This record gives sequence, structure tokens and C-alpha cells, in this order.
Amino acid sequence: MRKLSQSEPAVLERDQLQWLLQALINRGYRVLGPTVRDRAVVYDDLTSITDAPAGWTDEQDGGTYRLKKSANGALFGYSHGPTSPKKFLHPSVVRMWRAKIRNGFHIEEGPEEAAKLAFVGVRSCELHAIAVQDKVFLDGKYSDPIYKARRENAFIVAVNCGHAGGTCFCVSMNTGPKATFGFDLALTEVVDPERHYFVVEIGTKLGVDVMDNVPHKAASAEEKAAAERIVARTARQMGRTMDTNGIKELLYRNYENPRWDAVAKRCLTCGNCTLVCPTCFCTTVEDVTDLAGEHVERWRRLDSCFTMDFSYIHGGSVRSTPRARYRQWMTHKLATWIDQFGASGCVGCGRCITWCPVGIDITEEAGAIRQSEELTERSMTRGRRKS
Amino acid sequence: MMASLSDPMAPRPFRVQRVRKETYDTFTLELDPPHSAANGLSFAPGQFNMVYVPGVGEVPISISGDPGRPATLVHTVRSVGTVTNKLCARGRGSMLGVRGPFGSSWPVEEAAGSDVVIVCGGIGLAPLRPALYHIMAHREKYGRVILLYGARTPDDLLYKTELPKWRGHFDLQVEVTVDATSNGWRGNVGVVTTLIPPARFDPENTVAMVCGPEVMMRFTLLELERRGVPAENTFISMERNMQCAVGFCGHCQFGPTFICKDGPVFRYDRIQPIFATREI
Amino acid sequence: MAAESLERILGEHPFFGGMEEPYLQLFVDCASNVRFNAGEVIFREGEEANTFYLIRHGRVALETSAPERGPVVIQTLGEGEVLGWSWLVAPFRWRFDARATEVVRAIALDGRCLRGRSEEDHDLGYELMKRCAQVMEQRLQAARFQLLDVYGSGVRSKR
Repeated sequence: MRKLSQSEPAVLERDQLQWLLQALINRGYRVLGPTVRDRAVVYDDLTSITDAPAGWTDEQDGGTYRLKKSANGALFGYSHGPTSPKKFLHPSVVRMWRAKIRNGFHIEEGPEEAAKLAFVGVRSCELHAIAVQDKVFLDGKYSDPIYKARRENAFIVAVNCGHAGGTCFCVSMNTGPKATFGFDLALTEVVDPERHYFVVEIGTKLGVDVMDNVPHKAASAEEKAAAERIVARTARQMGRTMDTNGIKELLYRNYENPRWDAVAKRCLTCGNCTLVCPTCFCTTVEDVTDLAGEHVERWRRLDSCFTMDFSYIHGGSVRSTPRARYRQWMTHKLATWIDQFGASGCVGCGRCITWCPVGIDITEEAGAIRQSEELTERSMTRGRRKS
Repeated sequence: MMASLSDPMAPRPFRVQRVRKETYDTFTLELDPPHSAANGLSFAPGQFNMVYVPGVGEVPISISGDPGRPATLVHTVRSVGTVTNKLCARGRGSMLGVRGPFGSSWPVEEAAGSDVVIVCGGIGLAPLRPALYHIMAHREKYGRVILLYGARTPDDLLYKTELPKWRGHFDLQVEVTVDATSNGWRGNVGVVTTLIPPARFDPENTVAMVCGPEVMMRFTLLELERRGVPAENTFISMERNMQCAVGFCGHCQFGPTFICKDGPVFRYDRIQPIFATREI
Repeated sequence: MAAESLERILGEHPFFGGMEEPYLQLFVDCASNVRFNAGEVIFREGEEANTFYLIRHGRVALETSAPERGPVVIQTLGEGEVLGWSWLVAPFRWRFDARATEVVRAIALDGRCLRGRSEEDHDLGYELMKRCAQVMEQRLQAARFQLLDVYGSGVRSKR
């Protein structure tokens, strides 16, 4: 086999995919990939391709998720599930340190160790979500050692989507469906009647090295074109759209828009959206002690701005109403995030729409606020013309 | 993996040297690092630490000491919950954890050449005391310096022995008022905003620093505006639920700002619209 | 003190800012210097309110008497502040006691005379009302702020 370079895509047959998993396992990675559990596709330990969700696709809509058998038996025929790489890069429960408090205060151990992680099946929206969280945890004055340890050594095998989810709007957010950065390898699955193969784009030197252990060929022009066609078709099938023109200023102008009252009537403040969102990062800190009072630990767990406690300061919560909490979440995601980190917090995956028990749709809410301004503008202009 | 000193979530041990009772629920703790680190904890006025009571919890507390003498770390703590309760009960010799200093600071350098008006209410004097110390240590750099302080009752005044000492300085104007009096109080009675109209400062050349409960700050900002102090020269200190203090946990968000890193001290004009929004 | 100095003092006082000449002279005619010793009562709750004062020096405590508590200070007023607006609003009776807590020097203005003149000259009345409304607004705002009791801990019960 001629040694690949990053600029030359390769092609892998479907039954050669196990070699890729094995190559990663042999290098000491804990491989995480898609599998079906409890009637959803989630990320979990993947040591064999037979555990991947072959032949499954999903139907998603507001408050709706169903797995269905796919027509072509594709391995990656689903769009996404309730979990994302965030589950492992930004763990939901993790110990920060452990200390002894007899005769003073000594930290004995820092954060829990993490295995080297390899992700298989990462979508473009998820790559953007990882980049968003990189900005939060690595680019500021302080960096989070827990995220850093897991992120630095992560190997990423991305997948270009062949099926657009019912709630997807990555095209509106400029985050897909084609993976353009942040991966070591990116696969596009092509299922023809005669042949089932993957076009493999190489993103990094490490990707080249891993592919050395996987039987493959250089991709032909027809194979590359087939892959491109699939991705282009996916881009045309988005389930939702969002107009992001001036969206930051739009939301900054509309803190008192009556639409917030309307959505508040529906929102249960259950926090599902924050759990499934691949960029939501809020956590809470918990200090615990053992019964003897000799050892103390600090733990971190995932939190949600939808809880009453989230904004509690002596005496009460600043955001006591569901209206204030929903407004906080959506304005943060689409507007203040941009001022904080230089880019939107939303990657257009649509998970929040799918997993909201009442089907609240962030694209619909943003659209309604934008429309309410246009309506006001129009009625005001009409008024002026009359007088 | 050892939590390194550069891990912003790892507290350093500090030992309580002295506890002073300010009021029935407020105490000032003086802390020293047990291995006498050369400079204690160097900080800028207005910054805060995350103070950890081992096994109980951690809370953000403004630093209230003299920034020119950082060898002893000073925190004035009000008992309002589980952790602060325990903190106020810590005796001499007990061990606490400290992370910090964090946050933005009062513009004591930038205020050089101007009059300085400090308006504080209740425990709001605690985060402003370091600014006052700094200004007094470099008094010649400033114009008129005025401290306006309001508390609930005379018993609730902080730094009761220091206030008359400050008042005794010829080049410092100190006015104190209480919302409600107790017998024997012969000073001003009324809310702290009533001290603003008669205070002698040049509004066009004044830097105002305000700290206290949010409602008190709102009333004060209105009064300062009435006097003609521009919003760009007015600074306030904000407070929100805070857990990590390094911008990761998301709790202290205030509009697009994180109070732990963009605040707690803010220039008022920069946050005016958010400040005016309810439940933000 | 000579009349010209009274005129200067009144003219410079914020309460009379923007007041036109003939009216200002009228106030000078109704004004006189007064002094109260420490502890002296300036007026009592319920008395007829016919005078108001511009405090030039010293501190005045507005008090009310609660049977079990004795005199309670509601608010203190100091240099530059206006003491009294009940003289302009029916039923023209003082609502609180006013007591000098230290030596107080003030300018007293004949409210009854001004009331009479205002009935005849509504422009004068309007000028007075505007200014008193300002004082009342400030007192009301301060009183509301005081009511909010913002320094309470919010968690523990108050004393």
C-alpha cells in the first residue's frame, strides 16, 4: 500500500471497517461509537462493527424520536441521538479533587484520570459543538484540566451525513452537513445495490498513521463524486431553517417581547434541551465529606439553567419564572454566546426540538420574534402614511 | 494526577489568625497562609476569593483588606446561609481553603485627578474598603474624596472603630446614615441616597463607586445621574450565584457578561441595559 | 443681616433656582433669620403649619412619638435642605415633630403670607407648587426606599 497523504481521500469497503476499529483499539483508545440502546442511537463503547446501528434510521420532529428500519441498510443512516461526544469530553459527573483535612488541608489527588478516547460517527454539527466547547474551556484565561485531558488525546472519525434529520438545520447555522475541520478521518457512506463502501477523507497526520493499519485503496474520481452527491442531497433535506441575520441584536432588542410569555406557558423547565444540547456546558460544584470528616472531595456535575436553584443568591432566585429561564437559555444560545466566545452556541443539530417533551422549537421561537418586529414595523409605517 | 497550583479549582490552605465581630451577623476574618508565602495574597481592590470551609462548601467573598499590605488576607463575611454560617463560626487557628483572587477591580488608578465619591450600603462597604485604603495611601493623586455610607441601624454599621478615624482625616469627607435609628444615635437618619444631593463634589470630574444591595444601587445611580455624574464615570459591583469563579460553570452570567471574570466591578454605562432588565 | 444678603442667600438656594425677580423680592420680604439651640423643638405634630425653613447650618430630626418607644426619628435634614411643605397643602398642619439635634441656623419664610398671595397670583402659586412638589417627590422616593428595608438578610428573621 502506498502511504497516504492528507490530501488524498481513500476508500474502504464496508467489511474493512472493523480494521479501523481494531487499529484504534490496538493503539490504546477507548473507542466510542453509535449503538442502539433503549430504542435510540447513543454513543457507547464500540469494539465491534456488529454493534453499530446497521439498517437503522430515525424520524425526528418536535417532541418526537423514532427509530425505523432503513431502506438501504446503511451503518450511519440515522442522523443523531440524545447523546453527543460531550458526554465523554465534558463528563456529567466527575471528581475534581480529593483532600485530607486532618492537621490542615492537603490536596491528595486531582481530577480523575481519563482514558484516551476515539469517537466514531461524529457529525459535522458535533465537530462544531466540540469547537464551541474548546473555546469555552481552553481559550480563556483559565483552561479546564478535565476537558483538556480528554480533548487533547481524542481521535475523531467523523461521518458526513447521508440523511438529514427532521429537526436538523445545520445548513442555516453553517455547521454542516459536510465535515470540514476538526477530524482525523471523515467517512462518507455510499450504499449502492452492488457495493457498500466509505470514502475516507484524511484530516491529520495521525489519521494517516492509523490508516496505515487499515486495508484501503485510493478513492477514484467516481467514488469521490458519489460521496459529494450524497452530502449535497442531505443539505437540501434539512428539517428546519433559522434566519441568523443580525440574530444577536434581534434578541438583545426583544427581552420584553410577549413571545417569551407564550413559550413560557408551554415550557416545563424540565431541562431536557440542556441535557441533549452538545454545547450546553453549565455545571454545579458539590463539596462532600466522609463520615469521619478526614477526607473531603469536590465533585462537578452537569447543571441546567432551567432549575430554580441555578440563579439562587441569598434569599431567592434571580430568574424565578419559567419565562426568565427559557429566555436566558435561548438568548444565551443564540445571542450572548456570540459576545462571550465569538461564535454562536447553536450548531443547528435540532436535538432540543426533538427531545423537548412539548416540542418547543428554537427555530420557530426565533422566527416568531423576528416576525413580531416586522409586523410592528409594517403597522407603524402604515400609520405614518395615513397621517 | 495531582491538582497543580495552576489548577484554578484547587484551594490553597489559609489559617484564621483573628476574628472580629462587626455586627450580630457579620464578622471580619484575618487569614495567613500557613507556610508564610512571601506576599500572602496580592490583589486589586474590588476582587474576591472563593473561600472554602472544608467539607461544607465554598462561597465568593470580596477581599476587604489593604491592597498595599497583602500579607494578611482580610474577609468580612455576613452569615446568610450554611457555608457563611460556618465561616463566621471559625475560630482562631482553624483552616480554610482559598482560591483567587478573581474578577475585575475598582478604577483607583484611572480615578487619579478626579473627585471620588464612594456610596455604599450595608455590607457594600466591605468590597469598597480596599479602594478607600488605596486612595488614602495615595491621597495627593485625587481631588475631593467622599465616603457616603448607609446601614439599617447604628448596630449594623461595619468597621465602627475605623469610621470615626476616617472621619478624623482632614482630607476625607465621611457621611454616615441609618435607615432607622436606635436610642442614642445622634447622626443622620434616612436612606443613603439623601446624602448625595448635599455632598460637595464636581459631577463633571468625579468617579463614583457604588456597592450594596441591588435595589440600593438602583436608587443611588438615579441620584448620581440627577447630580450629573456621567454613567461612564460610575462603577458598581454586581453579585450573582457563583460556583467556579473561572467562567466554566455558567452560573454567574449577567446578560453577556460573567460576573466572575467580566465583573464583579462594572462600568455602569456598559451594563446599563442589562441592569434595567428584570430577571436577567 | 442686611436685606441684600438675604436676597443673595435666597437667590443662590436651589429651592429658588429660576425664580423671577419680583417673586424673589417677595420672598425676601417674607424671610427672616432664625436660630434654634440643640434640642429645641421647631414645630410639633398637629400644630398649624405657617412657616417653612431653609436650613443653613445644623441638623433637624423629624420625629414621631410611639407610646411604647418614645420619640422615633423618621429622618434627619441637614444643611441646604428644605424643612416643611405642609404649609402649602391643606389642612396646613404639621405631620411630625421637628427638633434641632444641634445648633440650627435657618431662614424662616412666612408660609401663611405666601399662601394668601398665591391665591391672588396663581403664577406665584404655580412656582411654589412646582418647587414643593420636587421636595415631596424626593421625600416620597426616600421613604419608599426606606420601606424596602434592603439591608435585611432576606433569609434570617429580622430583629
